[in-house]
Amino acid sequence: MKRKEYAWAYLFISAPIVGFLLFAFIPLSYSVYVSFTEYSGYQAPVFTGTNNYAKLALHDELFWKTLFNTFYSALSIPIGMVVALGIAMSLNQKVRGIRFFRTMFFLPTISSVIALTLLWKWIFNDSYGLLNYLLELIGIQGPAWLSSETWAMPAMIIQGVWAGLGINMVLYLAALQGVPKSFHEAAEIDGASGWQRFVKITIPCISPTTLYILITSTITALQDFPRFQIMTEGGPNYSTTTIVYYLFQNAFRYMSMGYASAMAWALGLLILAITLLNFWLSKRWVHYE
Amino acid sequence: MSNTAIVRSVRQRKKRAGEQVRKAFAYLFLTAGSLVMAIPFLWMLSTSLKEQGHEFEMPPKWIPEVFEWHNYAFVLTEADILKGFLNTLFVISLPCLVGLFTSALAANAFARMDFPAKNVLFTMLLTTMMIPGVVTMIPAFILFKQIGWIDSWLPLMVPGMFGAAAAVFLLRQFFMTIPKELEEAARVDGMNPLQIFLRIMLPLSKPAIITQGLLGFLAGYNDFLGPLIYVNSPEKFTLQLVLASFQGFYTSQWTYIMAGSVLALIPSLLLFFFAQRYFVEGITLTGMKG
Repeated sequence: MKRKEYAWAYLFISAPIVGFLLFAFIPLSYSVYVSFTEYSGYQAPVFTGTNNYAKLALHDELFWKTLFNTFYSALSIPIGMVVALGIAMSLNQKVRGIRFFRTMFFLPTISSVIALTLLWKWIFNDSYGLLNYLLELIGIQGPAWLSSETWAMPAMIIQGVWAGLGINMVLYLAALQGVPKSFHEAAEIDGASGWQRFVKITIPCISPTTLYILITSTITALQDFPRFQIMTEGGPNYSTTTIVYYLFQNAFRYMSMGYASAMAWALGLLILAITLLNFWLSKRWVHYE
Repeated sequence: MSNTAIVRSVRQRKKRAGEQVRKAFAYLFLTAGSLVMAIPFLWMLSTSLKEQGHEFEMPPKWIPEVFEWHNYAFVLTEADILKGFLNTLFVISLPCLVGLFTSALAANAFARMDFPAKNVLFTMLLTTMMIPGVVTMIPAFILFKQIGWIDSWLPLMVPGMFGAAAAVFLLRQFFMTIPKELEEAARVDGMNPLQIFLRIMLPLSKPAIITQGLLGFLAGYNDFLGPLIYVNSPEKFTLQLVLASFQGFYTSQWTYIMAGSVLALIPSLLLFFFAQRYFVEGITLTGMKG
């Protein structure tokens, strides 16, 4: 009887487990090996020891630049979180038309990244783009956004914040609705100001959501690729080449699969380290009920 | 009026005034924000309807004098947007449906059945959610190259059919909320686990299944990296690849590029408007359980 139930259960879970082995575990293990080889994808991989990692750490200045760029681009995370929280708090004031507003902020989330990136490439166009036209109306001469080494990354950050508000807003709104009203009422009777209540009640109560957003956005942002591929192709002069962009070039343009695998592992371990650090630090500022 | 009563009424009036101010700020902020969200989309629509060359007029006209519908006809047919759309539909439909079914089956086992090594296997599956996609990208490419699947749709279709860890996780959460009595009654009636799953669990979890299906469909529809890596022949391009290739083909012909972008957005917008509830619930659920 028991045995029969086990058989059913294993049958039920077989597909995802086999999928895990075929498309995650085996490739992953193989990738560890490839990262210690020179491999063009055409001939068999040649073992080269730690050469790839040494090159990465010591001889490839571009890698360090792309590492810097990746973190620079991640500035969109804190900015986006603050804006999303602002929107969610406004929506939480029992305003009318909440569905309309929510839809507006959510639209980019469901839209094709390629379409949105092409759209913003046109908006950032230095002579005919919408942004510089609007800036001109208020007397500002806009920069040549995407062809300027200084402004290309800020442009990517602006577009990233705009396109990424939806999910975080929905999450924050749900968290705000979960803050017990009695907390605020009690604090108000004690004479706490709006700002004090925000800092002492709202922020701690929604801190688990903040942690969740921080972790998931970091994982996504550090691996962002399509936006860069469409908007700037890593340029000008590598100013928007992120690690994943550089890795992609190495793997699929220069066919250095071994070197690219080493880079992928470096990024993967970095993401893991940041996630663990986030969890560790969270003990100090995240409050669970 | 006693002193305390005066104090209380003053405090209440102050509170009400504070609420009014806060509400006014909220409306101001939300209206400004909505404009920032909407204007790019309107600009896209406006450009897509302009005559070739008129998109460079300064100051820009928001409503073109003549609506150039030809832009849409052109990108749909000659620029292969329609073909890309059909390719995408074909590529994502099967993995979406099959993957949903296999994920739900596994979720059912993890939520309701008892078997050795259950926790180990579940944890193992969950770790796939933590692995950055970047790390598996190259070895997966090597694997598919070895078995000769490059420049076919198979690498985009087959892995999805095995189910997705995220879907297993979410559906399991949902299955655990369904009362056990129904299932036990069915078991007494002599139904086997598969029958219980098909006739009781699945019908009861329609909302969760629909949410997962929508999220999966949208993710597949908007996927760019997968097709970019595996598909080379233009006739096999998915919609996102076709759209991305506009940049090279129609350099600074923004009317075409924007018309293509508008068309690419329409299916997901339609899906969203008809099923907004499911999207919002799905995301909130993920966040809460995270």
